[in-house]
Amino acid sequence: MDDGSLATVLLAMFAGAIRVSTPFLFVSLGECLTEKSGRINLGLEGTLVFGAMSGYALSFHTGSPWIGVLGAGVVGVLFGAIHGYLCKLPKVNDIAIGIALMLFGTGAAFFFGKAYIQPQAARLPSISFGGWSDDSAVQQALEINPLFIIGFFLAVAMWWAFKNTRWGLIVRTTGDSTAAAVALGINVDRVRLIATSVGGFFAGVGGSFLSLSYPGSWSEGLSSGQGLMAVALVIFARWNPLACFEAAILFGAAGALGPALQSVGISQGYHFFNAAPYIMTLGILIVAVSPKRSLKGAPAELSITK
Amino acid sequence: MADITDTAAPVTSDTVARLKRSAEFVVMPAAALLLSAILFSIFLLILGKSPVQFFELLWRGGFGTWFSWQNTFIRASPLMLTALCVAIPARLGMVVIGGEGALTMGGFAAAAIAIPMISWAPTFLLLGVMVIASAIAGGIWMGIVGAVRHYRGVNETISSLLLFYIAVSILNFFVEGALRDPSDPNKPSTMPIGKENMIGNIPGTDVHWGLIFGILLCIVLYFVMNRTTFGFAARITGGNLRAAQAQGLPVGKLILISCAIAGAAAGLAGFFEIAAIHGKANASLVAGYGFTGILVSFLARHNPLVIIPVAIFLGGIAASGGLIQRRMDLPDATVLVLQGLIFVILLVSETLYGRFAIFRLKEATS
Repeated sequence: MDDGSLATVLLAMFAGAIRVSTPFLFVSLGECLTEKSGRINLGLEGTLVFGAMSGYALSFHTGSPWIGVLGAGVVGVLFGAIHGYLCKLPKVNDIAIGIALMLFGTGAAFFFGKAYIQPQAARLPSISFGGWSDDSAVQQALEINPLFIIGFFLAVAMWWAFKNTRWGLIVRTTGDSTAAAVALGINVDRVRLIATSVGGFFAGVGGSFLSLSYPGSWSEGLSSGQGLMAVALVIFARWNPLACFEAAILFGAAGALGPALQSVGISQGYHFFNAAPYIMTLGILIVAVSPKRSLKGAPAELSITK
Repeated sequence: MADITDTAAPVTSDTVARLKRSAEFVVMPAAALLLSAILFSIFLLILGKSPVQFFELLWRGGFGTWFSWQNTFIRASPLMLTALCVAIPARLGMVVIGGEGALTMGGFAAAAIAIPMISWAPTFLLLGVMVIASAIAGGIWMGIVGAVRHYRGVNETISSLLLFYIAVSILNFFVEGALRDPSDPNKPSTMPIGKENMIGNIPGTDVHWGLIFGILLCIVLYFVMNRTTFGFAARITGGNLRAAQAQGLPVGKLILISCAIAGAAAGLAGFFEIAAIHGKANASLVAGYGFTGILVSFLARHNPLVIIPVAIFLGGIAASGGLIQRRMDLPDATVLVLQGLIFVILLVSETLYGRFAIFRLKEATS
């Protein structure tokens, strides 16, 4: 590979990393918030797909992609609230409910989404940061979606809020010890319900990015486990929102590897490179988790780390 | 006199108690199904469709005629095997949901190993090698899940689903690449194993032998999990991991073997899909049986014997999907919505166990 095509691959990977990472970023921030309160929501994969469908449908009907984004978030709140409400019932397992809602959300999205596979909805506009360059490839790479920027500030805000605000403290206490939270007079179920609902909002917004920006249309194969990989990503990021941002970029780069190589004509092993994010996620989990010690930053009430 | 009543009373009350508890395990899921049906009817009414027509078509498409029963059985057989893939690890307290991945790997391995043998091998040898290859491939696939869980503490739900996506990529990589049959211009597929090498049907039916195999494997695994030392040790591990370790049970070995058995079952489902239905490996192999199998296993409360009727029931719902789609102009995802609804309500019904006095024994309080 000569220098020119290497630069093309690197530039494509940079642009791809930003595009592909945005849904990871939103879902992982949502999952981070949910898990910090002591619950795990595996149903975010279903929320992501349903959010993608409803965002696309709303954008198609109203002509405004931003209403689509907001609608996807509201639908996400609904899914999150169902999860949060059902899991507070005794003997109901949050992992199993998550799987059920994942299957339900995907099925419902396919059901309602049949009508929207053909029509073209208005897409989210990107902001150009590449005006300084004459190279069209650079300009194209620096077309950055506003949702990515919002996601970055959201990560910073969450990181700050967990550390410095009363709400952050309440969520962290609830996640670390139900007993301590109850002793402080915190309504544990309500905190978890709110955390799961807000987490659902983020996941819904992440889904709308898939259908309204990149790849930018609704189809049944739109999401391929991004919602679930985000759960693994949160473990890797040690429940730190800023690390979630970095991890999302890393996952985005892995996901962009296949298309980037294809852009310079290396199409052999395309499916293998498609598998790269999953293999990387599994590898990261194997390295990052250990049965011998508890993980730093892990909420103690979380069922997968107990 | 006192002796007689003292010894006789516990026996009868024990039987009654067991009957009442079993009744609860039947009534509660049935009530959950009924509630799902009611909610789904409301959903259909909102959409302006007739629930009566829906359930009538569901009945006709799944169980109404001998033809529809055969369709149901054909779908029930992979469901039994993929449900076992959930049920066996569940006895050890593991929630494994990537049965679809083990099915894909099993089916792919069976089709791939057949390619160099088709030209010369006799049918029995070819099929024998395919069976072994699919069981090993599926077993290894789920074995990985068990291994990373035991040695590294990686959550098995997440790892098994990640391995599903990896399995689909491997299938596509080879089917569209090195193993693609160039004589098939339509859909990228491996070379067909040949009509003469396909598994036949049960005489007098259009249902392949996978159904009988699925039923037998459910029965065998029921006895393994409930009547052997291995099954007992597995259930202790699932009940209380620390207690099992304190007893000196080989927890790691139990987890690995159970996951491997589970994966082999799903892998064999892949074998039957190849050797009895498709005749070659392609993207149609990934048809969602692994995901419906999760619901089958949960509905059956992870009991291998109960999996048999539940798989037939859900196989019937799946079989009626096409008819409902054509007659009522509903998308094919309708069945998925119904399944998801049943799943959610079934899990919520867990919270009501032990709440109803009818299922409790009054003497138990004394």
